[in-house]
Amino acid sequence: MNTSLEQEVKSICASCDNDRTRMMDIVRAVQETLGYVPGHAMDLIASELGTHRVEVESVVSFYAFLSSRPQGKTVIRLCDDIIDRMAGIEHIAEVFKEELGIDVGETTDDGALSLEFTPCIGMCDQAPAALINDVPVTALSSDRAREIVQGLKNGEMPKKLVHRLGDGNNADPLVHSMVQNNIRKRGDVIFSDHTSHDGLKKALGMSPAEVIREIKAARLRGRGGAGFPTGMKWDFTRGAEGEHKVVICNADEGEPGTFKDRAVLTERADLLFEGMALAGYAVGADTGILYLRAEYAYLRQYLENVLKERRDKGLLGKNVCGKEGFDFDIRIQMGAGAYICGEETALISSCEGLRGDPKNRPPFPAQKGYLGRPTTVNNVETFCCAVRIIENGAAWFANLGTHGSPGTKLLSVSGDCEGPGIYEVPFGITVHELLKEVGAENCQAVQIGGPSGQLVGPEAFDRKIEYDDLATGGSVMVFNNDRKVLEIVDYFMDFFIEESCGYCTPCRVGNVLLKERLAQIMNGKGTPEDLPYLERLGNTVKTASRCGLGQTSPNPILSSLQNFRSVYDELVKPASDGMQPSFDIAAALKTSEEIAERKSTVFTTA
Amino acid sequence: MSTTITFTIDGVDVQGEPGQTIMQAADAAGIYIPRLCAFEDLSPHGSCRVCTVMVNGRPQSACTQPISEGMTVENNTDEITEIRKDIIEMLFVEGNHYCMFCEKSGNCELQALAYRFGIAVPKFPYLWPERDVDASHPDILIDRNRCILCGRCVRASRDVDGKTIFEFVGRGPNKRVAVNAEANLKDTDAAVTDTAMDACPVGALLKKRVGYATPVGERRYDHNPIGSDIESKRTTTA
Repeated sequence: MNTSLEQEVKSICASCDNDRTRMMDIVRAVQETLGYVPGHAMDLIASELGTHRVEVESVVSFYAFLSSRPQGKTVIRLCDDIIDRMAGIEHIAEVFKEELGIDVGETTDDGALSLEFTPCIGMCDQAPAALINDVPVTALSSDRAREIVQGLKNGEMPKKLVHRLGDGNNADPLVHSMVQNNIRKRGDVIFSDHTSHDGLKKALGMSPAEVIREIKAARLRGRGGAGFPTGMKWDFTRGAEGEHKVVICNADEGEPGTFKDRAVLTERADLLFEGMALAGYAVGADTGILYLRAEYAYLRQYLENVLKERRDKGLLGKNVCGKEGFDFDIRIQMGAGAYICGEETALISSCEGLRGDPKNRPPFPAQKGYLGRPTTVNNVETFCCAVRIIENGAAWFANLGTHGSPGTKLLSVSGDCEGPGIYEVPFGITVHELLKEVGAENCQAVQIGGPSGQLVGPEAFDRKIEYDDLATGGSVMVFNNDRKVLEIVDYFMDFFIEESCGYCTPCRVGNVLLKERLAQIMNGKGTPEDLPYLERLGNTVKTASRCGLGQTSPNPILSSLQNFRSVYDELVKPASDGMQPSFDIAAALKTSEEIAERKSTVFTTA
Repeated sequence: MSTTITFTIDGVDVQGEPGQTIMQAADAAGIYIPRLCAFEDLSPHGSCRVCTVMVNGRPQSACTQPISEGMTVENNTDEITEIRKDIIEMLFVEGNHYCMFCEKSGNCELQALAYRFGIAVPKFPYLWPERDVDASHPDILIDRNRCILCGRCVRASRDVDGKTIFEFVGRGPNKRVAVNAEANLKDTDAAVTDTAMDACPVGALLKKRVGYATPVGERRYDHNPIGSDIESKRTTTA
């Protein structure tokens, strides 16, 4: 490494106080400066931080947006989730490949441009979409793709490619994005226009215990999907021994088909930060962290500015709102492309500058979380709900939705419907009611809760969307009668294989094995015995996996086996000759025949 | 002052001390809970999942779960046994394990577990991954074909030897153990005397030139199944 680059890496480390726990910021900054994180930079970072090179490599190799190999100055990441595929991203990819003269996964000879696929970037309502470095480009067409490549070849900055601005704060100069909010239904809690922004002030007039009591009385449950009672989580954190408690906002929405946090971050940032401060007061924290997924980096400057304005107004910092002794501030931690970091303990690992591996529980984050301090991790939407509960009272909130699932829920609806976008609906809405609302009454299947949720057909459309029936963090994907169920399932399994951290055996290996057998069935080589095989294997992965990812990753297969059994039944058939149809003797012999430079004399195939 | 915690494993009363994991208390009571990533005094990892037990009906790893008064642990049930067999078989098909000419044969914990569970052949298809071998070090061999990603070498080197020679890189099916150098073990300060070199349960981390010092027939699991040492401590019967 030449001296100036060496200086740059050193100054990046110094700007993070040579603090090992800031590793994510350091490697992200090095990547931004050098285009990648080469081995000699890892050596240098390790020596500056007093850690080991292999530990730096461990982090860099974990995250999809970090690379230890040279890549283009500009990286084009095409979103290839199922919705974008349905919207034609594969065709768009062909255009990019042709215009750039490279394949996906390659970099142009001049080192200027790289082309990649990436899982859901949170733009399913305006698919097909892509990220050009940090800049989202949405509703892509072939012509648009050609224009983008031309612009980039002419040396234009990615931000210049935004040819029209989206609505609301997307047009703010600090966002400057073509993303559309697509908020199609505003409910009483999050997108209501009647927010008074005095929830925090009101909370500070109460005791922390009273705030928690109010949240409990409202029966608020976590909006990420699991539905843990928020008041209880805050109570545990408040009661835990330890100083400098931490409030973390999980803005790493990576469940394919989810994009509701995108709109909240764009249009309700103040409400969110108010909720984090309120939580900070309730649990006795002084530190707030917003963990922002790398795909939403385009919102960062804007959010930093909202934080600054709140500091200027005394809503963050020392003695928040003049409340003596309540100091609380928020920093933004950027992610780097890892779905698993939406799992709360993996998210904490990532904030600590580690691989995004989930942690063993116990201890739970409320006892020992970020850097060993008592920590509460909540969803973006949950913090917003908390403010509105304190504003309007627990009874007001508890009367919305259903008894077990009070309040409203933001649903991100995408796929085969007339109105893809965000709907704020009261909990308890049936699938049928929702489909009517979004203009998709005549559809084949709906995936509720993303790949880790359930794939349901028309016989389940009178079921309710709530924690105790069809639970969801917000993703709702609609599939019409032309879509092939097993192709959807197959894509979801690819997603989980790609996104598994690989820590535990059942998830790391089991998902690969599930996918293998599904592929056999799709190729017409499955037997009836393969169905109980999938069920048993799926059950092992669900039961024995260490975290929520593995515990839900077999759901695409298990729920389609349950709800779309006939699709499988039509494809599997008993082997007529008693042989295993999935075994391909010619393929098995191929390598040996190549080495021997002759054909097998025993097994001859036509 | 120490109080005793009483709980049950498969209906048998077991006593333990506060702060103990289920595995520690079970070991002391002479009840064997199968394991691969848990090893002696290394910090628990909870990654192989072979020690999965049902705690009050919910799956937990026995190596990480603390004991509590009155908890009900299921260890040796048909349901748990099926899950453990699946996991052991997954480890076999995930790598390239050639027991018949592996020098670890007879001393290998993965092989010994397969025998204990009566696994003759995995029901899953072999994945035949391409893995590399690092023979660069004069005294130590790494064969990643046989690695099961248990992290015992990682923890031993970091926590006991204070060297951090090994760490995991990559994720999902691409996860592997890397060494603290550009590429090769010879460029690290690994020594054959490191405790990490004795931590590997399988034939992935081997000392050179000692492979056949103990003949087949006299190896650790040649006569008694894995776990017998723990079970021999058992005094109470169900």
